[in-house]
Amino acid sequence: MTRMDTPQIDSARMAESARGIERSEIESRAKVFSVADLGVHYSGVPAIEEVELDVFRNTVTAFIGPSGCGKSTFIRCFNRMNDLIPGAKVLGTVLYHGADLYAREVDPVEVRRRIGMVFQKPNPFPKSIYDNVAFGPRVLGMKDDLDGRVEKALHDAVLWEEVKDRLKDSALGLSGGQQQRLCIARCLAVEPDVILMDEPASALDPISTTRIEDLMHGLKRDYTIVIVTHNMQQAARVADMTAFFSVVVSEDGSARRGVLVEYDTTAKIFTTPTDKRTEDYVTGRFG
Amino acid sequence: MGDVRMPGSGRAELAAAGARAATRDALTRSSHRDRMTGALFLAMLLLGLGVALLGLAAILVWSFVEGAPRLGLDLVTEGPSTLRPESAGFRTAILGSVYVILGVVILIVPLGVGAAIYLEEYADRERWYNRVIELNIQNLAGVPSIVYGILGLAFIVRGPLDLGFVVAAASLTVALLVLPTVIIASREAIRAVPRSIRDGSLALGATEWQTTARQVLPAAVPGILTGVILAVARAIGEAAPLLLVGAVTFATFNPSIFEGGYSTLPVLIYNYASRPQEEFRVLAAAGVIVMLVLLLAMNSFAVWLRNHYEQKW
Repeated sequence: MTRMDTPQIDSARMAESARGIERSEIESRAKVFSVADLGVHYSGVPAIEEVELDVFRNTVTAFIGPSGCGKSTFIRCFNRMNDLIPGAKVLGTVLYHGADLYAREVDPVEVRRRIGMVFQKPNPFPKSIYDNVAFGPRVLGMKDDLDGRVEKALHDAVLWEEVKDRLKDSALGLSGGQQQRLCIARCLAVEPDVILMDEPASALDPISTTRIEDLMHGLKRDYTIVIVTHNMQQAARVADMTAFFSVVVSEDGSARRGVLVEYDTTAKIFTTPTDKRTEDYVTGRFG
Repeated sequence: MGDVRMPGSGRAELAAAGARAATRDALTRSSHRDRMTGALFLAMLLLGLGVALLGLAAILVWSFVEGAPRLGLDLVTEGPSTLRPESAGFRTAILGSVYVILGVVILIVPLGVGAAIYLEEYADRERWYNRVIELNIQNLAGVPSIVYGILGLAFIVRGPLDLGFVVAAASLTVALLVLPTVIIASREAIRAVPRSIRDGSLALGATEWQTTARQVLPAAVPGILTGVILAVARAIGEAAPLLLVGAVTFATFNPSIFEGGYSTLPVLIYNYASRPQEEFRVLAAAGVIVMLVLLLAMNSFAVWLRNHYEQKW
């Protein structure tokens, strides 16, 4: 069997293109999310507080920071996945194209139809490859030309060539990297507006990671991508904008909460950060 | 040997041999006591298995030896008789058991799975009433079956439902009896479906119900079926509650669901076994074989069903 579409390991080029973008140019794009004074509490204990940032259309926005800084908690605010955690409470406002995501009349199911999510650990359904991708369109009633839709999603996730002859096989037989691309295809099949990725490559080997990163570069033409990563090089390679989160420990040392330290273009964050904490983190002196 | 040796290789070989001997010694030096403990542990495990198998073997051998003279087709085609034990059979009781069990399955699958879905997927554990329900389902699984018999007599045969001594009343009573088993097993199966599957489904915009019906339940089917197998196995052998809800009838006619008397296999076996004549004891032993075969057939079907779903996921 021949390997089709060998990945272009071309990270340097990506980093170059990411650094090339000016902040003013990104900020001229439409605001997809506008977060103000956001906090998340678990059973009354704050996990993150006072977060304020904007996410722009057709942009890859990365959240980086040490473990426990609340970046995963934060990304789950965008598709209301925190609703599913008992005791979790979201305070402040998240505007999505100007509309409050947490308004009383908003249905979280409708939110998740528009804002897709890829998880840290690949979580294919225990079904065939085809059924994994077709699941979203089926439950959302996008029934016409399901085959075409599945094929397109697998193409867009650069998985089609590898699986086109075994669409009826179990998704659980795929490698970890293929499973994660399948999860991305599954997400693309329902044509979301935004794709949230919570450490999508942290459970994968370097080659699979590269493929996922390549994929993100292609996808940002059509989608807005928000990615959480604890891998700084990854943020540098894929993101246009980067937000650095850190942990603040209360004076008596009993409480820890995440805060947004600095948010700017990836180039700025990695070369000339304003905050000392960001500089320490990106230069490897801390975290 | 004709090969040419390098000078000094003899010493190196000697050293290698010494190292090999020392290594082998170190690797095989498990103490006598360790080995004894290991053997003893294994012996105890085998003893447990042996006792269980011995019990099963004893029943099988006894009933085959004792019931051998009556093993034949007329055992299942003939109805019971007190006058002609040499030609009497179990037809009506087999049908009675099958009817009761089918009724039980029809009742417990939707009710048990429904209760399990509520408790696992929808119930808020923080609420006191959900915790009370949970605790009481555990308790119900331990309630003696005769208590359910009395319940069935008071509320199903008589009382509010007033069905009379019929198959439907027996199905309802036994269904209540085994329902906790099904609920507990189904909950385990549902709980074993990873959170990540639910998250993946919900993140695609599926509703909670779509997620439950299309992801969680299909993944839990093998576990749920195992629970149903256990429940049916218990239900088919149950005699005590049935005595109270009408299965004592010495039914010489085929049962119907909503009218008339009926009997079930264990009850008829008990009936035959309690008679003094030797022929009836033979008949009872043969009845045990019939019951085991019926049980085996039902379990095999359920296992086949389970494997079928497992392959399909």
